[in-house]
Amino acid sequence: MDLFEYQARDMFEAYGVPVLQGLTADTPEEVEAAAAKIGGVVVVKAQVKAGGRGKAGGVKVAKSPEEAKELSKNIFGLDIKGHVVKRVMVAQGASIAQEFYFSVLLDRSNRTFLSLCSVEGGMEIEQLAEERPEALAKVPVDATKGIDLAKALDIAKQGGFDDELAAKVAPVFVKLYEVFVKEDTTLVEVNPLVLTTDGQIIALDGKVSLDDNAEFRHERESMERDELDPLEAKAKAMDLNYVKLDGEVGIIGNGAGLVMSTLDVVAYAGERHGGVKPANFLDIGGGASAEVMAAGLDVILNDPQVKSVFVNVFGGITACDAVANGIVGALKTLGDKATKPLVVRLDGNNVLEGRYILEQASHPLVTVVDTMDEAADKAAEFANR
Amino acid sequence: MAIFLDENSRIIVQGMTGSEGMKHTRRMLLGGSNIVGGVNPRKAGETVDVEGKQLPVFGSVAEAMSATGANVTVIFVPPAFAKAAMIEAIDAEIPLAVAITEGIPVHDSAEAWAYNVDKGLKTRLIGPNCPGIISPGKSNAGITPSDITGAGPIGLVSKSGTLTYQMMFELRDIGMSTAIGIGGDPVIGTTHIDALAAFEADPETKAIVLIGEIGGDSEEKAAAYIKANVTKPVVAYVAGFTAPEGKTMGHAGAIVSGSAGTAQAKKEAFEAAGVKVGKTPSETAALMREVYASL
Repeated sequence: MDLFEYQARDMFEAYGVPVLQGLTADTPEEVEAAAAKIGGVVVVKAQVKAGGRGKAGGVKVAKSPEEAKELSKNIFGLDIKGHVVKRVMVAQGASIAQEFYFSVLLDRSNRTFLSLCSVEGGMEIEQLAEERPEALAKVPVDATKGIDLAKALDIAKQGGFDDELAAKVAPVFVKLYEVFVKEDTTLVEVNPLVLTTDGQIIALDGKVSLDDNAEFRHERESMERDELDPLEAKAKAMDLNYVKLDGEVGIIGNGAGLVMSTLDVVAYAGERHGGVKPANFLDIGGGASAEVMAAGLDVILNDPQVKSVFVNVFGGITACDAVANGIVGALKTLGDKATKPLVVRLDGNNVLEGRYILEQASHPLVTVVDTMDEAADKAAEFANR
Repeated sequence: MAIFLDENSRIIVQGMTGSEGMKHTRRMLLGGSNIVGGVNPRKAGETVDVEGKQLPVFGSVAEAMSATGANVTVIFVPPAFAKAAMIEAIDAEIPLAVAITEGIPVHDSAEAWAYNVDKGLKTRLIGPNCPGIISPGKSNAGITPSDITGAGPIGLVSKSGTLTYQMMFELRDIGMSTAIGIGGDPVIGTTHIDALAAFEADPETKAIVLIGEIGGDSEEKAAAYIKANVTKPVVAYVAGFTAPEGKTMGHAGAIVSGSAGTAQAKKEAFEAAGVKVGKTPSETAALMREVYASL
């Protein structure tokens, strides 16, 4: 999960990373109050998870609370790359002497951590990496050793900082690494990190990505999250691994890889049937019980875009007869709410028993097809009717 | 032969006494694996009856190894304790550790991996978040069903569990030397390349199926490795062509960010290395069948 800028700012502050005052506001009136509280020049910044906020008109400097209020009226509701601004951060203004870049992230390719650092900050990092790659230091960080002051100084020097500046930024790098580890993040980026005209180092804008797998050891229930699609929210409440897509064929399967593959196979089949596409990703996992199957079908059948459903299960740990009973039970539970054709492909453990159960139930909506490719074709055909 | 796991593998289970651990210990035993004990510090000294076999429970991996001669551990402990379990296995220098656990924080996996590197890589780590490894007819360490296919000349390496099962099923008339699920997390121990190198060196393996999915650059690296080092025929499949950018598709590692990690890029990398890529799992199996017939 990516954090909003204000969340990253607050997290930095909690670890002693120097930041400027920043208050969130959801209305122009709140903006005015926040600006008055902070005093002096403020910056009103749109809180959306998208780059290029400044260019889109989502960042404005105001000299008075009244001006902040007026300017914010044009920021609220602004659409920045598909994200509508509902909240802004009112931040204290800074007098910038110099801008730098620092980040630490998970380097998946090398199975370690990596710090990126440059004395030349301010521009988008992709642009810097492309135009002046020699100015961007890439320093591997050992996950068992981390970034101590000596390592931080080394990173700063490789990033082109002179001794005096390196001594100033290194303690901030150490604190940012602390955020990286203790908050279980996969990215902590500060761009820009600035030197103010009165000689202070300040993290002016930050990006933080959290590892969802680590939620169990953090208290984040009250944290503002991205608004989910209503179907995604419903699936999440039922503990289903569901992603809404923009198509007509609902998909249920077991195992992330097989479900991803099912989406692809349906998309190929769709090319022969009016261009229909998969409507969602839904992995019901290893134990496909009747309850989980019913919950999954319920979510998918509630998607008004869905015209047919493809249930694709390979019985590995789960036996196909249990899955078949799950489908029959789910259809019974759903009753009249189940109105769309279901194509079922079962293979693996106890497949004959599973297919037999579905045949015996002979539900008018259910078609059993033996192979994944043929079943995808059938589901696409139904969706195109 | 087979790779990493064979009839001489003596397996212990970390977390054997938990519900998942017990369920799969039973399944592995019934599938013919030589399970020699379990590890749980709170139940050390006890004995557990599994399908008529008396399995001793030890306080640590090191104790279990010295008492039983175990050379493989399968890790089923919950995410919060998985790092400690991996590090314990690494400290004991057990030759093979298979981490099945799903949902381990990536910092924990990265730390365990760095620890393994610091210790000189004496332990081959498979996973985490994987189905494990099976050498049909010889041994099975993990949660792969033992009866999908028998022994044969094809080696299989895959990021995904159920796609591994699917491919074993599709090619069950030919059979497999070893099928290894390397896992769908961002940080894993054994990579596609490690498995390719071992299959290349294994005289029993005649051809290789590689299954990849979106996210990371493991497939691109594998393609370059195949071009330079693998003489045996390789057929590949990549899942996730329809996955949108920025949405995680089930596996923590299955995410496309920007132009990195797309299925299309992976497919092109394989094709540039002379590796045939199937559009669907069945088509991939058919490609392998053709390749195998021409050997």
